[in-house]
Amino acid sequence: MTILNVTGLTKRFGATDVLRGIDLDVQRGERIAILGASGSGKSTLLRCLNFMERPGGGTIALDGQVLGREGKAGERVYREAELIQVRQRVGMVFQQFNLFPHMTAIGNVMEGLRTVRGMPKPEAEARARKELARVGLAEKAETYPAHLSGGQKQRVAIARALAMDPEMLLFDEPTSALDPELVGEVLNVILALAKEGRTMLLVTHELGFAYHVATRVIFLADGAIHEQGTPDEVLKNPKKERTRAFLASHKQFSF
Amino acid sequence: MRWDFASVFDNTDALLVGAAGTLRIFAICLVLGLSLGLLVGLGRYSRNRWIHIPATIFVEFFRNTPVLVQILWFYFALPILLPFQISPLAAASLGISLNSAAFSAEIYRGGIQSIETGQWDGARALGMRWGQAMRRIILPQALKRMLPALTNRAIEIFKMSTLASAVAYVELLQQGKLIASLNYNPIEAYTAVAVIFFVFLWPLVQFSYFLERRLKRDE
Ligand SMILES: Nc1ncnc2c1ncn2[C@@H]1O[C@H](COP(=O)(O)OP(=O)(O)OP(=O)(O)O)[C@@H](O)[C@H]1O
Ligand SMILES: [Mg+2]
Repeated sequence: MTILNVTGLTKRFGATDVLRGIDLDVQRGERIAILGASGSGKSTLLRCLNFMERPGGGTIALDGQVLGREGKAGERVYREAELIQVRQRVGMVFQQFNLFPHMTAIGNVMEGLRTVRGMPKPEAEARARKELARVGLAEKAETYPAHLSGGQKQRVAIARALAMDPEMLLFDEPTSALDPELVGEVLNVILALAKEGRTMLLVTHELGFAYHVATRVIFLADGAIHEQGTPDEVLKNPKKERTRAFLASHKQFSF
Repeated sequence: MRWDFASVFDNTDALLVGAAGTLRIFAICLVLGLSLGLLVGLGRYSRNRWIHIPATIFVEFFRNTPVLVQILWFYFALPILLPFQISPLAAASLGISLNSAAFSAEIYRGGIQSIETGQWDGARALGMRWGQAMRRIILPQALKRMLPALTNRAIEIFKMSTLASAVAYVELLQQGKLIASLNYNPIEAYTAVAVIFFVFLWPLVQFSYFLERRLKRDE
């Protein structure tokens, strides 16, 4: 069952075309790893999917419903209220965590429930504790982000996204800002979510993790899907020269 | 010459009345100036030019004209243009509040802009509206950073309150003038006024130093 349908998605910043026509169908339960060189448009793609960036052209349909309406010049016009709904259905986890430093871990996780959903405090707190427990941080509930390690911060950020019951999760290089010894704890949380059958799009440079967890791998180059397929197809037997070169540069020092 | 503070102490009542007047206008201008400043500061941050442009004009106008001129204008010129009288307190409060709003608007704007865009991302990704993100996520962090600058504004407002004496509003300086002219003791009277201001302001200034140190330590 298709949850997300993207057709001809484009985005430009000033004079640079960052996305040049992305077509993408995501089925429920799919886990898509997105690879690509720096500047290839991976973050921009994810940010367009939950409308943190307004798409330049093309359409995005969530659950079969095309978002926005046609404007006078054929462009798509989006209402803020609609986008706010979308953002609650499509959760996002950032490379830099973006935790709210003036709130405790549980405060961060409750914030969306309280402010956006208007959930009463006891209920939101119970829910937030459940999510913190899920990422293994029940005992850090009252801790402020400044006193958490990078790995713990990212797990709180994941709990914060999960609390909103998203139908789909977007991860933008969730482990790239972490010290190497902290990467594992975050990947394990993501792995557990994968096992629950959650739909997720994951931008990552962790090729091994992508290979084991993704159901599909997309290689992005110059703002377009250059190659895609199963992890075996793309990571082990890439057909395109650029994909091979990218993988080679990433595996240069592996053993 | 001989210092004659007895003639000042004889007028303690008048000075107390003056101090009360100073505190009253300080409180009014502090609340009005800093809250109006927030609105104008948010306006300057707005992408809507119908909000942005008037806010900018407001800031530029009140930053580039002397408060004393504004107070005199509100007191003497406004009643000619509009069909009502304006009290000394109202004229002085308007001048000082609007001036403080213009300066604090820049503090708010700078403080809000100093918050990393990632905080906006985090808030919006949860589905927050602009106002919710501002109120719950951005402002609480920005206010903390702005606190030393806002405290300095408060100190400025306190000092500016003396300008209200230009329209004969009863505050400390006005009472000092009165005592000096009745007792022919300007040295003692104005010294007393200066000392009273010092007593009020010194703790406030110490508090602002404390805030600045605290903030540096947090970073
Ligand atoms: N807000 C913006 N304004 C202007 N240019 C932008 C903006 N965001 C991204 N870009 C540009 O768009 C291009 C693609 O950026 P994007 O962040 O999507 O790449 P990426 O694949 O995520 O790279 P990285 O691996 O470094 O995170 C880059 O050239 C970047 O400079
Ligand atoms: Mg990126």
